[in-house]
Amino acid sequence: MIQKLETAEHPGTLRRVAIDAVSRVEGHGKVTILLDERNQVQQVRLHIVEFRGFERFIQGRPYWEVPVTVQRLCGICPVSHHLAASKALDQVVGATRLTPTAEKIRRLMHYGQILQSHALHFFYLASPDLLFGFDSDLSRRNIVGLAAAHPETARRGVLLRKFGQEVIRITAGKRVHGTGSIPGGVNKSVTPEERALLLADIYQIVGWSRDAVRLIKDLHAQNAALYNSFGVCRSNTMSLVGTEGELDFYHGSLRARDANGGILFDGVDYGDYSQHIEEEVKPWSYMKFPFLAAFGKRNGWYKVGPLARVQNCDRIPTPLAEIERREFIDYCGGLPTHAPLAYHWARMIEMLHAAETIKDLLHDDAILGDDLVRSGTRATEGVGVIEAPRGTLIHHYRVDEDDLVTMCNLIVSTTHNNQAMNEAIRQVAVRYLQGREVTEGLLNHIEVAIRCFDPCLSCATHALGQMPLSVELIDAEGRLVHDLARNGDGSFAYSGD
Amino acid sequence: MRPGVVVLAAGNRSRGDDAIGPLLLERLASWLAAAGRSAEFELIDDYQLQIEHALDLQDRRLALFIDAGWRTPAPLAFYAIAPAAAAAGSSTHALSPQALLGVYRQIGLADPPPAFVLCVSGERFELGADLSPAMQAHAEAAWRQLQRLCAQPDAARWRAMAGAGAD
Repeated sequence: MIQKLETAEHPGTLRRVAIDAVSRVEGHGKVTILLDERNQVQQVRLHIVEFRGFERFIQGRPYWEVPVTVQRLCGICPVSHHLAASKALDQVVGATRLTPTAEKIRRLMHYGQILQSHALHFFYLASPDLLFGFDSDLSRRNIVGLAAAHPETARRGVLLRKFGQEVIRITAGKRVHGTGSIPGGVNKSVTPEERALLLADIYQIVGWSRDAVRLIKDLHAQNAALYNSFGVCRSNTMSLVGTEGELDFYHGSLRARDANGGILFDGVDYGDYSQHIEEEVKPWSYMKFPFLAAFGKRNGWYKVGPLARVQNCDRIPTPLAEIERREFIDYCGGLPTHAPLAYHWARMIEMLHAAETIKDLLHDDAILGDDLVRSGTRATEGVGVIEAPRGTLIHHYRVDEDDLVTMCNLIVSTTHNNQAMNEAIRQVAVRYLQGREVTEGLLNHIEVAIRCFDPCLSCATHALGQMPLSVELIDAEGRLVHDLARNGDGSFAYSGD
Repeated sequence: MRPGVVVLAAGNRSRGDDAIGPLLLERLASWLAAAGRSAEFELIDDYQLQIEHALDLQDRRLALFIDAGWRTPAPLAFYAIAPAAAAAGSSTHALSPQALLGVYRQIGLADPPPAFVLCVSGERFELGADLSPAMQAHAEAAWRQLQRLCAQPDAARWRAMAGAGAD
């Protein structure tokens, strides 16, 4: 842990390098690095704007609108918010147990979301770095370059993503702005024709997912020294696990382990999340820093997401993914790995598990049923937790007697990973930038570390005309020495002395 | 058989001027229905463009992307685009229309259809915000441009209109 690099002693005397990954009008990520006159790294910070505005936005609205409205929070994983809100509001309408059809339709929707999100992440965002190298020719380091060199890999990425979107369209009613999940259940099941449509492709999808695990496994084997050491940040981990300790993205109880894999807590009802998780505010960041309350701010921070989940569970309840999990655990010597690049391997194991689960659910006649909704004794409060593609997602609502939301609290996966991402980029900055002149290739190492976690950067806004990335180097007297801007076509423009 | 023209609008209705794409698409759907021309067009809206939208370009003769712009020419810009590489970012967010064409060409499909962007300049994108007064004015100019385009959905004609300004 190198938290000492969070705040430099005399920042005013240092040069500042800003990696400004601006891809949205409001809500964006930025990395600032302070270097002294010998290019020694003195301070590294990742700044991400959080979604706090959304919690105010949702207050005063009727609770039944919420599962649909919350999808506008995130354009990448709207289904996760749709389902987390639904789970919280199940409690408000007194649906303590869903019908088998409702639960399986929701699971199908969610595993479709995991599949498409993981496919997008790996094939579009991560694999160009992994296949070509972190400081390879920039013109190749994108999906178009990937497609030119590995056309079948790129094609599969698009088709895996498309299949996941089809699962969502069928279960949620629409490709976007779905309405399928409602407080107490779902409003539609799957027709035999829709099932047949998905079954026609699912075996191919499972096969491609296996190949994807093989691809990332081979990459690890080819460069184990890099993959096992790049940006390592030891920490606690946290995720949902199922009733028997199995990997479960949709439902379960909270489990946390320490950096060596020892259990810190287990079987925690997620309705009690606020007793176990606290959030620290730091003056330099818009995003809070959650930590496990019992272990304090300094030692209680943790990772969530694929790497945490695959190592936190006792088993994966589908055969092919379980074989891969065991191989992954064996590769790591039976102890938890904290290497950010291992996120990609874990992510592909999860994608395989999602594909296998979708196959199993498609063969379950319960998804064709018509018993869709439950209700019971009305409550005024509900907590819904789900394992979203990037990690644990918490939705918490209070509702008054007029059915209006009076309180909303969300903790998204990017917030859980805030400290871990900061630690990872500090490790990378020290290892790769220390004492060297900054180049695009070196700065990409920082972004590679961030990409492992795939943070959400307030992604529900999109507008043309923005600069995806800019880098400023400012000397100790505050003068702009040069700046480096990445254009929309991936080229770099450089200006300065 | 797919409609020959696809119109893809990207935007979030809950974020101020970001809503312009879906709003224009909604208006276009009504206009096309009233004119009995819905079968000629497929209208798709989404929060943002992603790799699978490349498949929505398949078997088309013309594609139009509608989106809000920030610090882009007011009231709008209309221009032809060509395939380009997507810049690597720090997260899985959105592709530019140009990058989407690049994905299309490189995943084993033929050359993408002639493609154009209608970019409407906005200034307010906060969650829960309404359209800004500026965007409300720009929206009318954009709607007139969209009507002209869809009245004669022809690549050569659109190329001639590209860069000619809003009105």
